Amino acid sequence: MNPLRLVRAEPGPAFTVTLDGREIEALPGQTVAAALWTAGVTSWRGTRGEARPRGLFCGIGVCFDCLVTVNDRPNQRACLLPLHPGDAIRTQEGTGHDE
Amino acid sequence: MSEPTLAVIGAGPAGLAAGLAAAARGIHVTLIDSATEAGGQFYRQPAPGLGARRPQALHHQWRTWERLRDGLRSHVQAGRVRHLTDHHVWFVERRGAADFTVHALLGPEEEEPAEVRADAVLLATGGYEKVLPFPGWTLPGVVTAGGAQAMLKGGLVLPGRTVVVAGTGPLLLPVAAGLAIAGATVAALVDSADPGAFPRRSRALAAQPGKVAEAARYAGRLARHRVRGLLHHTVVEAHGTERLEAVTVAALDRGGRVRPDTRRRLVCDTLAVGHGMLPHTDLADALGCRVDGSDVYVDEEQRTDVPGVWAAGETTGIGGSALALAEGHIAGRSIAARLAGQEPDPSGWAAAARAREKLRAFFAAVDAVYAPPAHWAEQVTDETVVCRCEEVPAGSVRAAVRELGAGDLRTVKLLTRAGMGWCQGRMCGPGVAGVAGCAETAGRRPFARPVPLGVLARAGEHGDLPEERDQ
Ligand SMILES: Cc1cc2nc3c(=O)[nH]c(=O)nc-3n(C[C@H](O)[C@H](O)[C@H](O)COP(=O)(O)OP(=O)(O)OC[C@H]3O[C@@H](n4cnc5c(N)ncnc54)[C@H](O)[C@@H]3O)c2cc1C
Ligand code: FES
Repeated sequence: MNPLRLVRAEPGPAFTVTLDGREIEALPGQTVAAALWTAGVTSWRGTRGEARPRGLFCGIGVCFDCLVTVNDRPNQRACLLPLHPGDAIRTQEGTGHDE
Repeated sequence: MSEPTLAVIGAGPAGLAAGLAAAARGIHVTLIDSATEAGGQFYRQPAPGLGARRPQALHHQWRTWERLRDGLRSHVQAGRVRHLTDHHVWFVERRGAADFTVHALLGPEEEEPAEVRADAVLLATGGYEKVLPFPGWTLPGVVTAGGAQAMLKGGLVLPGRTVVVAGTGPLLLPVAAGLAIAGATVAALVDSADPGAFPRRSRALAAQPGKVAEAARYAGRLARHRVRGLLHHTVVEAHGTERLEAVTVAALDRGGRVRPDTRRRLVCDTLAVGHGMLPHTDLADALGCRVDGSDVYVDEEQRTDVPGVWAAGETTGIGGSALALAEGHIAGRSIAARLAGQEPDPSGWAAAARAREKLRAFFAAVDAVYAPPAHWAEQVTDETVVCRCEEVPAGSVRAAVRELGAGDLRTVKLLTRAGMGWCQGRMCGPGVAGVAGCAETAGRRPFARPVPLGVLARAGEHGDLPEERDQ
């Protein structure tokens, strides 16, 4: 069983986005975090202080652990931001401003 | 005079019940929520693009949801309710009696401002999960239990293949059951609560046969999926370097201390963890509403102590969706009467009031049972990060207390920066308080969301403020 089958999902056509230049697939309506999880990625940020890996934590926009750079805009919350075809996701180091 | 207007902030069970009750009684309602769909946390819906034909497979009390959803639809069509999605409210401005301006930021990027004027406001912003720190809790793969649930219901994704669900509280059961039916292997459900404590509170439980049956249904599901229950156990440490690889769990003794001889390692790629819930109180706080402990104070009619401001659902105290519905319904009827200049008649909502009373008693009993282990802070090593945003280790917090004499959260924050980051102490507040050994005071935040400076600068430009504006 998987979640899509469980709810008998018939999603619109999948589209391609990139993560650090590598192509991954996303489904319409999915957030950055959902697409990254599907691609098996759970970490997409290095912290400002110790450059420790982080990804999603609260899942609802409260904790700001899931920050990521999308289409050159740093500090977007991956758990809230829906993806669009061609979006470029980049692993964010620190504040994302000094890359 | 034009129709009285109500701004409802939060489209979860509480906000929906209130909005429908008020709209049915002639109030013009604006329902404002940061999410893209109505439903809140309990009735979180899959994104429409995912084309779910049976979303109810991931839900409970689906009929209630259908009633709320259809009610909302017909009121929207009739023009009695305006539903604003993707609106993040950062401040509610009270410009005088029956004169409010709700300030929001649009879209997931939260940059474009929007304002809604209203004669009354209902705060139905729900809550968020509390997680206490332990070694390894910042590793990718460690997520909140509710977060795993939110990603499953909303994005139809699983956090990993092998999941340990841990912590304490009634939310762990539906989360473990949800993950299991959606295809994850749930390696264990670890709860620090002592189930033996339940019978002693059986009066409150017996008053809620429905709730007890609900728990039994989840337990049955977990048994079918062969989910091991480790009760009176706790997660001592999460292991891994770049991501989670395993967790160490251990049994607790009667005093709530870890029994070292019982430690064992469970291999998993995901830990879904939670230690209860906390109400969102920022908007209430900024409005000057009384907050008791962590809950917004309300009277029998769900009125806060600020005229024109009502509150319902988990923002007034954690108690689940049925309580949120009852409170919302009462609030909506009270608001409709008061905005029409009438004294409300509580006999009209007697059934909801009875449900509210019973559910509050039930959750008081549940709360007493589901408490984090008494000595959890002893497991937090000095190297463990307690403030995730500012990367403050427990050792710094302890030093601030021991060497610099900090005795409250505010002083700890000033000395260590714990609570000063993006989340404004929402995630670390209880953890820092526990490690510092001080009271868990609700943080005072001027705004409920980070606000771009340009938006802030322009926020006061909409006309002159009335003279009798009270602060
Ligand atoms: C992540 C999570 C998952 C949960 N999953 C379950 C579950 O599966 N089963 C269960 O029994 N209970 C679950 N709960 C508990 C759940 O909170 C309650 O059962 C119920 O949803 C409470 O209803 P409510 O209307 O008070 O608040 P909520 O349902 O939380 O609704 C509050 C709404 O307010 C909105 N909001 C909050 N702040 C703002 C703001 N500043 N601006 C705009 N909108 C705002 C939110 O987007 C949300 O839609 C979960 C809780 C959380 C935090
Ligand atoms: S995971 Fe907490 S804000 Fe996105």
